[in-house]
Amino acid sequence: MNTVIFRTIAPLIVSIMLVFSVYVCLRGHNEPGGGFIGGLIAASAIAIFGMSSGVERVRAAIRVDPLSIAGFGVFIAGLSGLMSLFTGSPFLTSIWLYLDLGETVLPLSTPMIFDIGVYLVVFGTISAIALALEGEGGDI
Amino acid sequence: MATATPSVDLSEAMITTVTPAADWVIVLPLVLALMGAALLLMLRQKRGIAPIVAMLAVAGIIACEVMLLAKVLQVGPVSMTMGKWLPPFGISFTADIFGAGFALAASIVTLILLVYVQGEREPGDGSDGFYSLVLLLLAGVTGSFLTGDLFNLYVWFEVMLIASFGLIVIGGQPIQLDGAIKYGFLNFLATSFFLLSLGLTYGLLGTLNMADIILVAPSANPAAMAGVAGLLLLAFGMKAAAFPVNAWLPASYHTPPAAVSALFAGLLTKVGVYAMMRALVVLLPASRDLLEPLLASIAIASLLIAPLGAIAETNLRRALGFFVIGGIGAVIAGIALPSLHGIGGAGFYILHAILTMTALYLVAGLIERLTGQTDSRRMGGIYAAHTPISILFFVLMLAAAGVPPFLGFWPKLLLLEAGLAQSGLREGGAVDYLSLAIVVALLANAVLTLIAGSRLWAHIFWRAGPEGELSEHRSGKLQPLSLREARFGLGATTVLVAIVVLAGLMPEDLFTAARMGAGDMIDPSRYIAAFGLAGGTP
Repeated sequence: MNTVIFRTIAPLIVSIMLVFSVYVCLRGHNEPGGGFIGGLIAASAIAIFGMSSGVERVRAAIRVDPLSIAGFGVFIAGLSGLMSLFTGSPFLTSIWLYLDLGETVLPLSTPMIFDIGVYLVVFGTISAIALALEGEGGDI
Repeated sequence: MATATPSVDLSEAMITTVTPAADWVIVLPLVLALMGAALLLMLRQKRGIAPIVAMLAVAGIIACEVMLLAKVLQVGPVSMTMGKWLPPFGISFTADIFGAGFALAASIVTLILLVYVQGEREPGDGSDGFYSLVLLLLAGVTGSFLTGDLFNLYVWFEVMLIASFGLIVIGGQPIQLDGAIKYGFLNFLATSFFLLSLGLTYGLLGTLNMADIILVAPSANPAAMAGVAGLLLLAFGMKAAAFPVNAWLPASYHTPPAAVSALFAGLLTKVGVYAMMRALVVLLPASRDLLEPLLASIAIASLLIAPLGAIAETNLRRALGFFVIGGIGAVIAGIALPSLHGIGGAGFYILHAILTMTALYLVAGLIERLTGQTDSRRMGGIYAAHTPISILFFVLMLAAAGVPPFLGFWPKLLLLEAGLAQSGLREGGAVDYLSLAIVVALLANAVLTLIAGSRLWAHIFWRAGPEGELSEHRSGKLQPLSLREARFGLGATTVLVAIVVLAGLMPEDLFTAARMGAGDMIDPSRYIAAFGLAGGTP
């Protein structure tokens, strides 16, 4: 896999995939997409980056340990569910905030935070597995 | 798009009343466990903080569950349905006395275990994710005890399976991988059977909400429902290690460190047998009646074969594994005797088994630490060297066998009462020989467990040294516990044994709770009412 063509084109593919993964995650509320598939796309980007540049460079680039990202994802997903404690509703009830930006209305909600949590869990877990498989020692 | 305001009346499908914050005690234990596990996953490189965070999270869980249990004892089963949707559309969490009580016992045991491992583990040795996985396991167990939805129960079974699979391989010894393969494969098979039966249930009834199943199941085809119940019995029986499908338990529970196997022995099989009780007694009582001879045979076989296995076994923790299976037999005996006493005895026995089996494995860990051996043939002479451990083991052995006044005696008394009542011996007339056989098996189980336990005690503690050593002097090979091990390991074990002894000496409240819990299981009208199903309760 380690050809010049692949190594040259890989950063481009990786960056496009990462941006696309965020787009898929955010459009997922009402259309096909969502946190799970977005996280998978992002993790595939990390795997391609690992193949082209080596695991060490990937770990340096994402700075944070992938499993910690997964843990953070579960944590904010839990927090998004806890928010409804303050509205007198059961756990995981959605809360919506419509930001009026003049030309358009931006809907923000706790399901979105939950979905971002899912994105981070999938991204962190699959990246950790991919990097461990690509690495030498197999150390997660 | 999301901006459109709903123009339809949603009061048919959504909860319109305000949920007071106090109702949250039913989901908070689970949320705290999951978020604690996530936090610990992030903190696993931080040396020293992980155990404190884990203990604080479990302490918070215990506080919520105490409030939950107090509420359930006061007002009956409580329920909360996620996301404001009315059940059966939303996922419900519903706790009755058994669910809330077992969840509380599980988190108390986990807290004691977290203190115990401080003696074994080096400070800051959290980088392998041990604490995170323990909390994830607790999340799975708590979720299974508190959920009111059959598919949700499956999810928590999977969470438990993943966490226990991680815990069993931490350390990476070859024997652990061997145990993990047997454990993982057979439990995965069991959850697959569970998933299959869920598919069939949904196909037959169109619902997986527990209250809804209770209402709809009587109108379904009884033969098909009995088939589903049989599949559920197989799945939960494998999880609980009941007789014909019990081989994985003694083959895997002795491989991880003692603390981990203590957690498994105390929690995992109990969740399986609790799910069996919930599914057969509460959800599908008509199918349970059809399966009764099968249940009775499974109970009798587990009760008799498990202590015989323990007698034949020389590896200490493998022998204890057979004790766990014997306890499962006692609970299934209760499921086969569906009276107030029978179900009450089964629930009481689950509580006893959670506490006593964990404590037994914790003592076994101390013994292994002291002797450096895992086989009882190579142990010996601890009585002279370390009397407190020998007393702890002796007390627990009596409790496991069911000798009065220890904890194991009271649930067995209820079960014997139920068996005698059902056998019809007192009234004269037709005698139900199957119930009579259960009574005999329960008594034989007590005697055989006592033999197995006292044999282990005599070999490990009383005998002067390892097998074949003629010396009457105390064995020189014992390694005394370090101060840290004595303080945390022995201290935590003593606390748990003290709980077992105290509960055995004052069983009155437990009897009352068991009777109330069994009442809600046999007549689930209060349980169904707690859900507040859409369309009102018929």
